[in-house]
Amino acid sequence: MKRKALLSIIHIFLAASALAGTTEPRDRKDLYFGEALYHAYQGEWFDAVSKLDTEIALHYHVDEPEKDTLHYHINEAKFDVGDFELYYRMHQRAGRAIKAVIEGNVEDSVRNEAIYRLARIFFQKDQPENAERTVERIKGAVPEKVRPELSFLRANIDMALGKNAEAARVLHDLQGEKSLEGFSSYNLGIALIRDGKESEGRRSLDRAGQLNSNDAAQLAIKDKANLVLGEKLLSERNYDSAKEVLDRVSLTGPFTNRALLGSGWADASRDRFRSALVPWTILSEGSVTDPEVEEAMLAVPYAYGRLGVYSKAAVLYGKALEAFGREIDKLGASLTSIREGKFLAALVREEIKQDPNWVVKLRELPETPETFYLLDLMASHDFQESLKNYLDLEEIRKKLGIWSDDLAAFNDIIGKRKAYYQPLLPEIDKEFRRLDSKMRLRLEQRDRIERRLKAMLTAPHPEYLQTKDERVIGEQIALMERKLKAGGNSVPKDSEARIKRLRGLLRFNIYTEYDRRLTEAHKHLLDLNNEIDRLKKQYASFVRTRQAATQSYEGYDERIRAMRSRVTATREKVGELMRRQGEMLETMAEKELVRRRTRLSEYQTKARFSMADSYERATRAETHEQVRK
Amino acid sequence: MNYLRKALVFGITVLLMGSSSYGKDISKEQVKGLDEQVQEIKGDALSISAELAKLEEKLLYPSNTEVSVFVSVKTGETFRLDSVDIQVDGKPVTHHVYTLKELEALRKGGVQKIYTGNLRTGDHDLDVQVSGKTSGGSDFQRSGHFTLSKDVAPKIVEVSFASESITFKDR
Repeated sequence: MKRKALLSIIHIFLAASALAGTTEPRDRKDLYFGEALYHAYQGEWFDAVSKLDTEIALHYHVDEPEKDTLHYHINEAKFDVGDFELYYRMHQRAGRAIKAVIEGNVEDSVRNEAIYRLARIFFQKDQPENAERTVERIKGAVPEKVRPELSFLRANIDMALGKNAEAARVLHDLQGEKSLEGFSSYNLGIALIRDGKESEGRRSLDRAGQLNSNDAAQLAIKDKANLVLGEKLLSERNYDSAKEVLDRVSLTGPFTNRALLGSGWADASRDRFRSALVPWTILSEGSVTDPEVEEAMLAVPYAYGRLGVYSKAAVLYGKALEAFGREIDKLGASLTSIREGKFLAALVREEIKQDPNWVVKLRELPETPETFYLLDLMASHDFQESLKNYLDLEEIRKKLGIWSDDLAAFNDIIGKRKAYYQPLLPEIDKEFRRLDSKMRLRLEQRDRIERRLKAMLTAPHPEYLQTKDERVIGEQIALMERKLKAGGNSVPKDSEARIKRLRGLLRFNIYTEYDRRLTEAHKHLLDLNNEIDRLKKQYASFVRTRQAATQSYEGYDERIRAMRSRVTATREKVGELMRRQGEMLETMAEKELVRRRTRLSEYQTKARFSMADSYERATRAETHEQVRK
Repeated sequence: MNYLRKALVFGITVLLMGSSSYGKDISKEQVKGLDEQVQEIKGDALSISAELAKLEEKLLYPSNTEVSVFVSVKTGETFRLDSVDIQVDGKPVTHHVYTLKELEALRKGGVQKIYTGNLRTGDHDLDVQVSGKTSGGSDFQRSGHFTLSKDVAPKIVEVSFASESITFKDR
């Protein structure tokens, strides 16, 4: 049982240190990592894990991960996803992720940090033996930032395994460590006391109890140290010192009520009932749901009785009796509510979850017997974890409902796209095929021209570059020549000479213009290439758009069907788990409330007897006074 | 009044134990077993969520038209960001009012994906308007313009806020 107490305190520290350990992303290069952190900083662990997991998976699927922006923070991201999983209470998965880092090809410092984190998970899950085996694997360099935390964890593991002397040795060395101030002194005190070094241990607890800090976790450990030390002194009847130590406990912390009660007893045990009334009266004005307050409601009239103020004692016993009666009724109403199934329904109320202090506020809400004692129930670690699980399951249940609707919406979208595109596409495809064949023809022509021009650079062909007019003229000359030679006639000399001259002139022009024309032809080819490029872009754009149109509705059916059946199956599992988790919560709550009711019934009986006794003493005292007069 | 002393000792024992017991009806193994099943179902839900995100991206935001805008707050800034309005090509596409939790997350270095949409390839106008309070407590409004060049790959723009400026970055 002491181990559990130790664990609970260590958990306070480990949770605080893990939160502090989440990296502050200054100059973060990967926006998606930053997005995961945005959710993590708001405590939205599901989204944080989901985003970062996806980003890490994508990083390993890109062709060149070293060019991916996550490359700069990949180790950090892997540790952070592990931390997020821990916050989301997925210890098994976090453990697997961290083991993958340990087994990967990483530097000693990275591996050792991963080993430390894995050991921390084992320790948090109350498996100190596994935690010990894990930390023993640390070899080589340990990153500076985790060194003190690793030593602290080693000490805690030793304590959990009963190796208090070893733990004390480690904790001694941690006394100067600022980040562990309070925690290391408290644990050192406990380790020393368990190791039989009582006075040294008390000195250490005393040191932790005089810590000067504004940090909530450190203030809690300070109060805890004072309470433990004060209770020890009280049980040894060292009332002066007990009072001094218990009075150091803050009046607004989780240990206030116990300290006030103990402080009163330190006075009462020395017959200083007037002094005892101070803390007890403060305490008795608190919420009657707290066991310490209930005790104080009896302790105050007890003190008045011991001071001889029997009438006041009797009145206060009466008030306590009434308060206990009301409380018993309230407990009865709460039990009825729980048995009627209202407890679980109240736990998942949206408006409650919007407020971080919702559990505390439940007490202020009228007409909520079903959750009135939730804060008290949450003192139990098992109840707290079960409640968190239940709320997580409820969150998943809602998400699954939304996803189911999303899938239906996707189906609608796909249906609409199909209805829109399918009738249009055959006509578009027909037109496209026509344009495509035209385009292919033109491309072939261009290629042919290019080949010819290239060939002409080494083997000139001026006739290839004759103009249309020149070609026509050439054909006309040839036609005239054929006509003149028709029927086997000989061509008249003067006509033959003219034809030759004309042909010569034509040839002259074609040959003398060749170089200029060849240059121009190349220029035109370049222009044509630009046009072709533009055409190709348009073509690619069309193909992409065309593909996108088909892809916008084709190939999803099977995927969506599979997703839908996964969602349905998971919804069923979630429903079943919620039922079982809910039953567990109800049983825990019912047992606790029944226990409280039994205790209050006993208090009621005692109060009733004490009240009668006080009235009798008051009457006797009054009679005595009258006789004396 | 010995019962009071007993109650006190009992109380302190409970405190030292750190947790109370709920009897034999619910064993540690039952709690642990159920917790492990809850962990498994969380894993299933995360896997569905990832699959669904992929499907959503493919279906709603194909890469050739996808545009995402992320916002962040510069290191050390203490101004209070109240709201952000984003317009693309003169049309309002998103408006976000910040909760304290969200603002704190941005100040710590978180990055918010504020908008995802579809745009044709080419240049587009991205206009951002911010309103909030300076660290001195006075109201402020600031606006910034950026020409977003969309090509066939998904487009990502980071908008970073400082009390004196808005910076755009192509990512």
